[in-house]
Amino acid sequence: MGGALVRGLRLVGRLTVNGVWQLGCATRFVALTLLRSALTFRRPRLLLDEIYFAGALSLIIIIVSGLFVGLVLGLQGYETLKRYGSAEAVGTLVALSLVRELGPVVSALLFASRAGSAMTAEIGIMKSTEQLSAMEMMAVDPFSRVISPMFWGGFLSMPLLAAIFSAMGIFGGYLITVVIIGVDPGAFWSQMQANVDLREDIGNGVIKSVVFGAAVTSIALFEGYDAPPTAEGVSHAVTRTVVTSALAVLALDFVLTAFMFTGV
Amino acid sequence: MPSAPIVEFSQVDFSYDATPLLKAVNLRLEPGKVIAIMGGSGSGKTTLLRLIGGQLAPRRGEVRVQGRAIHRLGHDELYAMRRRMGMLFQFGALFTDLSVFDNVAFPLREHTRLPESMIRDLVLMKLHAVGLRGARTLKPAELSGGMARRVALARAIALDPMLIMYDEPFTGLDPISTAVIANLIRRLNDALGATSIVVTHDVEASFKIVDYVYFLSGGALVGEGTPREVMASSEPFVHQFVSGETDGPVRFHYSAPPYGADLGLKS
Repeated sequence: MGGALVRGLRLVGRLTVNGVWQLGCATRFVALTLLRSALTFRRPRLLLDEIYFAGALSLIIIIVSGLFVGLVLGLQGYETLKRYGSAEAVGTLVALSLVRELGPVVSALLFASRAGSAMTAEIGIMKSTEQLSAMEMMAVDPFSRVISPMFWGGFLSMPLLAAIFSAMGIFGGYLITVVIIGVDPGAFWSQMQANVDLREDIGNGVIKSVVFGAAVTSIALFEGYDAPPTAEGVSHAVTRTVVTSALAVLALDFVLTAFMFTGV
Repeated sequence: MPSAPIVEFSQVDFSYDATPLLKAVNLRLEPGKVIAIMGGSGSGKTTLLRLIGGQLAPRRGEVRVQGRAIHRLGHDELYAMRRRMGMLFQFGALFTDLSVFDNVAFPLREHTRLPESMIRDLVLMKLHAVGLRGARTLKPAELSGGMARRVALARAIALDPMLIMYDEPFTGLDPISTAVIANLIRRLNDALGATSIVVTHDVEASFKIVDYVYFLSGGALVGEGTPREVMASSEPFVHQFVSGETDGPVRFHYSAPPYGADLGLKS
């Protein structure tokens, strides 16, 4: 009984120490990434390459997913609002759902799966094949040359991807409700224009996507850098990136929503 | 009067955790020489190179490169010192997304403002020195192990370093590639007027080209001398290592309980 208690306490202690240690390492990693950002902005080519990799190459999945989410939102929204005789408000429902929540959250989840996992794998493999060490020994700082450009590329791409996701979703909602079902287009757009606030709704949505971009990119890069230099280590790191990013995005979304929209 | 050492270890201890990896190591590497550091796997040879490159810091003692304690240098000073070093990693560590040409051009583009035409000439000269001028457009995945290491060597010497470090340069190579790399190490060292440190356990290939050998065992230096001297050494580890004997201070069996007790034959 006493032995089990001691073992339990030891386990809790070890997990706590490991957790604090990891958090400290991650904080130091992000601080170094930010501190060594000067080269990224002195050589815009580095940044453009990463925006292409993290942003442009994610466009297909973002556009297709945004379109389908908009189609489903339009259908569900129309069916529900019709019961209350306010089917014209479907434009508002689609737009608010997208710009406040689904745009930033779903595009961040997709971004973590597509670009985040690729970042982790790239950094992890560069580390396990000693490419990062080789760079250090060539007097080229891997943080300045590789990690910071990746961070800023992801950070800047995420709000743009969220905006494209929301725009495609609204277009999907328009297609299904106005073009297919026959809701009045004037009512669809005017209700949306009247009820979506630039600062409250769109502005807060943009803030969310900026926060998610920073969180997902930091997690992806840290997991890659921290991965044990083996095939198994890199594959586990990729899994952790997707899982941790998803949980972080959902938890951050709750916190941000509580502050932004409920006046907590 | 002996010349000032290019690398000097004074009573260096190093460990990642509680188990010591290097114990009170003292070394003096003279300029212009090709020096081999030999020892079995896990004896701390690669750690030694990482200490010289400032990628690790000693727990105790000092590692001095050109008279300066490398682990006490600030970020900028350390990177300035590394510009004068070249390192060949065990499997080349080439950047897989860049061609052979761009791999060799990488340090030149990062550290100089030379026009692209001059960089091209320099890269072709370095590739010519390792016999791979014709392979400039290939990607690392298209190279054999020996070719990848030669490209990595061309990249390591791109900035004409004063110190070149080789981490297991002969591992996994066929005899022809081994001989090619060994000759390149000697020729490039002499042509550049550099100092070379070769971490290896290949006695045959390295003894043909090195001037001096240090032996590491269990994290401590156990022998040193010219190849001729160590071949005649009576030190048990050195003798077992250079003659490749299975019996000696390095045992065949990993430390284990008595065999009979393990099989349940005796109490």
